[in-house]
Amino acid sequence: MLPPIFGVLFDGLAYGMLLFLLSVGQSVTLGMMNFINLAHCSFAMLGGYLTVALMSRYGWPFFATLPCAFIVAAVVSVAFERTLFRRLYRAAELDQVLLTIGIVFISVAVAAYVFGTDQQPLQLPPYLRSSLTFMGIRFAVYRLILVGLALLITLALVVGLEFTRFGARVRAAVDNERMARGLGIDVDRTFAITFALGSGLAGLGGALAIEIVGLDPSFAFTYLVYVLIVVSVGGLGSISGSFAAAIVLGISDVAGKYYIPQLGAFLIYLVMINLLMWRPLGLLGKR
Amino acid sequence: MSAPALATRGLAKNFGSLVVARDIDIELPKGVRYALIGPNGAGKTTLINLITGMLQPGAGRIFLDDADITTLPPEQRVRHGLVRTYQINSLFPHLTALESVTLAVCERTRAARTWWRQLNAYPHEIDEAHDILVALKLGPVCHRLTRELAYGQQRLLEIALALATRPKVLLLDEPAAGVPREESRELFAAIAGLSSDVTVLFIEHDMELVFRFASRIIVMVGGRVLVQGPPHEIANDPQVRAVYLGMAPAKALQDPRHD
Amino acid sequence: MALSESTAAPRLYLSAQTRWRPAEIVFWLATLLPYFLFPNYLSLASQIAIAALFALSLDLILGYAGIVSLGHAAFFGIGAYSAGLLSKYGWGEPLSGLIIAAFAAGVVGYATSFVICRFRHLALIMLTLGFGLLLAELANTLGWLTGGMDGLQGIHTWKLLGTFAFDLYGRAAYAYALAVLFVLFLFARRLIHSPFGLSLRGIRENFVRMPAIGAPSRAHIRTIYTIAACIAGVAGALLAQTTETVSLDSLGFERSAEVVVMLVLGGAGRLYGGLVGATVYMIARDQFSGVVPQYWYFWIGILLVAVVVFLPNGVLGGLAQLAAHWSRK
Repeated sequence: MLPPIFGVLFDGLAYGMLLFLLSVGQSVTLGMMNFINLAHCSFAMLGGYLTVALMSRYGWPFFATLPCAFIVAAVVSVAFERTLFRRLYRAAELDQVLLTIGIVFISVAVAAYVFGTDQQPLQLPPYLRSSLTFMGIRFAVYRLILVGLALLITLALVVGLEFTRFGARVRAAVDNERMARGLGIDVDRTFAITFALGSGLAGLGGALAIEIVGLDPSFAFTYLVYVLIVVSVGGLGSISGSFAAAIVLGISDVAGKYYIPQLGAFLIYLVMINLLMWRPLGLLGKR
Repeated sequence: MSAPALATRGLAKNFGSLVVARDIDIELPKGVRYALIGPNGAGKTTLINLITGMLQPGAGRIFLDDADITTLPPEQRVRHGLVRTYQINSLFPHLTALESVTLAVCERTRAARTWWRQLNAYPHEIDEAHDILVALKLGPVCHRLTRELAYGQQRLLEIALALATRPKVLLLDEPAAGVPREESRELFAAIAGLSSDVTVLFIEHDMELVFRFASRIIVMVGGRVLVQGPPHEIANDPQVRAVYLGMAPAKALQDPRHD
Repeated sequence: MALSESTAAPRLYLSAQTRWRPAEIVFWLATLLPYFLFPNYLSLASQIAIAALFALSLDLILGYAGIVSLGHAAFFGIGAYSAGLLSKYGWGEPLSGLIIAAFAAGVVGYATSFVICRFRHLALIMLTLGFGLLLAELANTLGWLTGGMDGLQGIHTWKLLGTFAFDLYGRAAYAYALAVLFVLFLFARRLIHSPFGLSLRGIRENFVRMPAIGAPSRAHIRTIYTIAACIAGVAGALLAQTTETVSLDSLGFERSAEVVVMLVLGGAGRLYGGLVGATVYMIARDQFSGVVPQYWYFWIGILLVAVVVFLPNGVLGGLAQLAAHWSRK
């Protein structure tokens, strides 16, 4: 029989995996172009609301909505990138912050208008709501699937980054953008594709998040903070850094809320501040 | 024998397996004009970064006069009189030339700490800044925003900023980079006109300027000092010739003063 | 050219910059208009003055030193709660309340400035955000002290200078807020035109160059951050004293974001930008106050996008460009 801490650790791990999916795109795009996109979680929210709409209005099964969430979020992000974000790659940080915050405000207002401000109910099939018991600890099936899916995606990302030509271009652009351009790498196109991928993953994360943390219009803000924490602690441009940071933060948050509930909410801020002070470029940051 | 104005012993730096500086031993006696030359990538700017504290050395020590400054932060080194300019202009775009130099002077005199008195209560600082600008022929444009100055004027402003700190040792990183020939001669004439209290080390690629204005030359290749000495020795050194072969014919290394 | 002529000129030029321009005098005279033209809107006018002061404090760090802070409301909130608690527990004298609030906010500002001064770019933004959120959570948790969600009750502000009572019409409140704003504005104006102010602009223009001219940038940043915290604290205290309430949203993220919007709308780094931006923003918000909050944020979002794309230097910047354009014709 395992002590309950393992249950807490597992839940923390699942939460961390979710944070990773939401954050990895942001980390890589920030590392590549230094473009601060605070609207990143708006794309996540889009994925979430799309899933809800497809399931409740069109009766789609849950797993069918996931690729949709990914694709739609990716496509919409490309539209924004082409029209608005592109102009600000060389702009001051403040401008990037303001523009993307403006987009967050707009997305929150639109979500509230279309879907209302309540939490979105999600009707998952019964097998997804059940749990397995192993050595005295309850493992929710949903969380198991979430962890499995996230690990698969992580593997795909790492393999893609290390072994494909595209991945090589991404790594070059993150390491030294000017040099990469000088070598003939089309950094803008690489960035656009990476941005789309990252936003798509965020959309997927948003869809998967509903069951774990719920979905309402404030999602874009609340999780923006967590994503920024993961990214700045894990280090810009680093997938492994985001992975490590997401797990640390996921477990800290869940364990904190479980063991010291009064402290729980701001433990995560304390952890972030301390980690940033120790390593301002993030745990494994390249910049 | 008085201590050299600037000296380094065994300075070294590497980034992982990339060695950018190795066994750098140099001594600059007071008041001398030194030129630092070498092919691109030889580590000249890196050496300046190491000396000024922008980069931490892997090994070695740096001495200013007698003092060991190896562990001092950059702004402290500036206070001790070690100042550099940048190869690519690093100026204050929306400050006027006068404001920029006045800022440097105020930081030196620590007037910059006061937030309760107005700037015009510091006429000495303003006048000093103005005098520096006039000496570098920037008087007429002192009220223009830095971003509106011509490139050559901006390079001069770079030097003005450095001079405002009353340096004992002045490190100039390609001061004439991007400046047309005639103007770069004027620029160097201004540098040559500096008082003999100031020791100057400048990085330069234009051999004519180097031979005209330097009394000693240090040649760096691949992160190491290849050879140092007076210009005519350097011009006739076979190693230096070999390094510069392909860049220019041997004629370019002849001392123009003998032409 | 005589020597005295050529040396007098630069001094004259620099001192000319500190002279009061006609537009400034008009602006401050206009602040008296509400008494005559909008006597029913005096409480709104006080709110505007308070927001303007808050935005001014942010301008000192953002517009002049280049520090992007997404957590500046922390100091506003500390000031508000300090003044509120002081009044609740028996001491409701307004002016001393302001001083104590400024001191409290200043102490916290000074402490956090040691961390702030060491970072730039994203890490700095994150740290300011983190501190702000941390404080907001703390205030929520310490409900027994702050009143939590219900807000602080039992604040009663005594008569100003022993004679002027704060009435429902807001006459005394507006005069009070406006006077405090003006005094602190004069202070800020003086600071900007000092050698220290020049250093701040140097830090904003080229942070990397500052150590190369021997400038102790970190010490400068600590100083201005503390001063900005004090002023933000005064603004918060004014709010507590004039409205006799303090709630958690005085230090929430929305307030931090709002003040950034106000400043950028007006134009950062121009001293009057915060004042103009606050005025425009608060009036607009009042006009649309019937509108559901979500829709308000929709238009703010559109506004932000529009400002960044079309008016990167805010209203004042746009006006300055127009003026420059016309003067060239």
